[in-house]
Amino acid sequence: MAHALVAEKHPLDDLIRRDRMPHIWCPGCGIGIVMRCYAQAILESGIPVERHVVVSGIGCTARVPGYMNLDSYHATHGRPVPFAIGLKLAKPELMVTVFSGDGDLAAIGGNHLIHAARRNVDIKIICINNFNYGMTGGQVGPTTPLGAKTTTTPYGNPEHPFNLPYLMAAAGAVFVSRWTALHVRQIKEDILYSFRKPGFTFVEVLAPCPVGFGRPNDIEDGVEEMRIYRRRSRLVYRVPDEMPWEALEVDLREERPIYVGRFVDREREVFQPVRLRS
Amino acid sequence: MKGRGVLTGVHFMHGDHACAEGAIAAGCRFFAGYPITPSTEIAERIAQRFPEVGGVFIQMEDEIASIVAVIGASAAGVRAMTATSGPGFSLMMESVGLAVMMEIPCVIVDVQRGSPSTGLPTLPGQGDVMQARWGSHGDYEIAAYAPWSPQEMFDLTILAFNVADRFRIPVMVMADEVVGHMVERVVIPPEDQIPRWERKRPRYPAGNGFKPFLVEDEDLVPPIVHAGEGYRVHFTGLTHDERGYPDMSAEAHHRLVTRLVEKVRRNASQMIRYDTYALDDAKIAVISYGCTARSARRAVADARRMGIPAGLLRLISLWPFPVDVVRELARQVDVFIVAEMNLGQMICEVERHVCQPVKGVFHAGGAMIPPDPILQAIREVAFHGTRVGGGKASAG
Repeated sequence: MAHALVAEKHPLDDLIRRDRMPHIWCPGCGIGIVMRCYAQAILESGIPVERHVVVSGIGCTARVPGYMNLDSYHATHGRPVPFAIGLKLAKPELMVTVFSGDGDLAAIGGNHLIHAARRNVDIKIICINNFNYGMTGGQVGPTTPLGAKTTTTPYGNPEHPFNLPYLMAAAGAVFVSRWTALHVRQIKEDILYSFRKPGFTFVEVLAPCPVGFGRPNDIEDGVEEMRIYRRRSRLVYRVPDEMPWEALEVDLREERPIYVGRFVDREREVFQPVRLRS
Repeated sequence: MKGRGVLTGVHFMHGDHACAEGAIAAGCRFFAGYPITPSTEIAERIAQRFPEVGGVFIQMEDEIASIVAVIGASAAGVRAMTATSGPGFSLMMESVGLAVMMEIPCVIVDVQRGSPSTGLPTLPGQGDVMQARWGSHGDYEIAAYAPWSPQEMFDLTILAFNVADRFRIPVMVMADEVVGHMVERVVIPPEDQIPRWERKRPRYPAGNGFKPFLVEDEDLVPPIVHAGEGYRVHFTGLTHDERGYPDMSAEAHHRLVTRLVEKVRRNASQMIRYDTYALDDAKIAVISYGCTARSARRAVADARRMGIPAGLLRLISLWPFPVDVVRELARQVDVFIVAEMNLGQMICEVERHVCQPVKGVFHAGGAMIPPDPILQAIREVAFHGTRVGGGKASAG
């Protein structure tokens, strides 16, 4: 008679606050997938765990730090980037990652985001983009596509969304990539790559929010959104040579490609506080 | 450039610069700020001086980013400060609550100007003193000090760091444009005479069962863990338990907020500072603070020359308010006069602790209240008894 094999210990156990499970995320949500990629990248980074610090603002994604067994800071809405800057500049040996959502980072925190990219501060951004404010119940956000329905755009969104990779490239990020929650290996690889890339890096992950965004926009569930990602993701190597920046705008409701890949990988001088040699 | 941290000696120094030197002497090594009159010279001085002492200066995109970066740096274990004026002070308020909730020490200097809104950017005001106390949402307590001279810009900035670190709270230095832009004698003591109160540090090693917000001491202050020390601690603005984990129950909320408030109330005697002048046999007590207290002192001296038994209680700590001192004074004097450069803020705090009449000498800001209207108020109560009910004079 066969017995179930029960693993006593998972390699990522030490990186997760197991005493905080179960988590708050809805069935079909993509955030947990990306959190696992982050944990895997930390494990493979070779950087001692105590030097990894994770910072967030407010929102569903911003709950990630609470579940990561790291020094973790769950700050004011929109403000994880300046919090991370303070940590990093005060203690440069830390590897400071901001793990937050599109609303937190690009709406209320948008000014901090572009200025941190401009300065090229050595912090790592992981931005979950689920096209809406999930925690408050599915309101329009800075990345909600034109015409999409949310609880505060019941007749369709009258605004244009941010194209986050384009924004980050223009603002000065040295590394910009985008994947979907389906691309777990690529996400992990790019987070790992960010750790090794000095300067301001930005990894955007498109992720299902079946309750907040999917339901009012006729995406049946999380699995259906993953199917959309599988069917329509197209890898782009060179932007804008191969594809104009404008083409990176995403609208899940339209049958057109979702471009993913590493869009920016360049060198710029990394922000350093002024010091005088004695 | 060792030894350039404390500029020991006698100086003829600008108030804002004295504040910056106080911060450097206190060991502040992180400053994030945004230019705003009349506090800008603090940032300028820090930008000039920090590279000499290994400090990190960064000019942020706004005051919100400034206070949050300061909290982040302090969470990494570095003494950190920002400086601003009214409009920026308002922007910082939300994250003052974050520092309260996370119990991360920080120092905020507000060089007050004529307000509300853009008001009088280059001219003085004292209209932010209640905002210092109540500006963020919810229940909390902080400490706030009002310097009346460049010397106190130096001294009280050091005290602010010590109180912030010792009790894990945000501390405000509530200066004003007059004191900030005044140039006066400042004596900077030798480095070993700069008082230093350290942060309480954890007594237990990192590991299973470590509780970062466990309170074991009478002072209700838990030891602080810094980023990168291996404790792997969670800090959140959400209501949390002793582990730092969110707890969305009414019980946890009441327990936490009560402790955060009680932490300051119970230790208030260590934070309270005040000064007195001619108060011992006074029957008329003038209460004032900041630059206005300079005029009040002159008015009291003039009154004494006229044979009027007036005295001055100068508030150095606005918050915690020296309740016991004022109540004790109420057993001695017949009448109180509160002089302040706003239309009646700290007077409310005095009124709720005494039964005597309390007369106000107010001005909305823009220029120092001169000694005359304060002296006039003293003479009125001296010659017309204590019938001052409702008669709040205007210094204008």
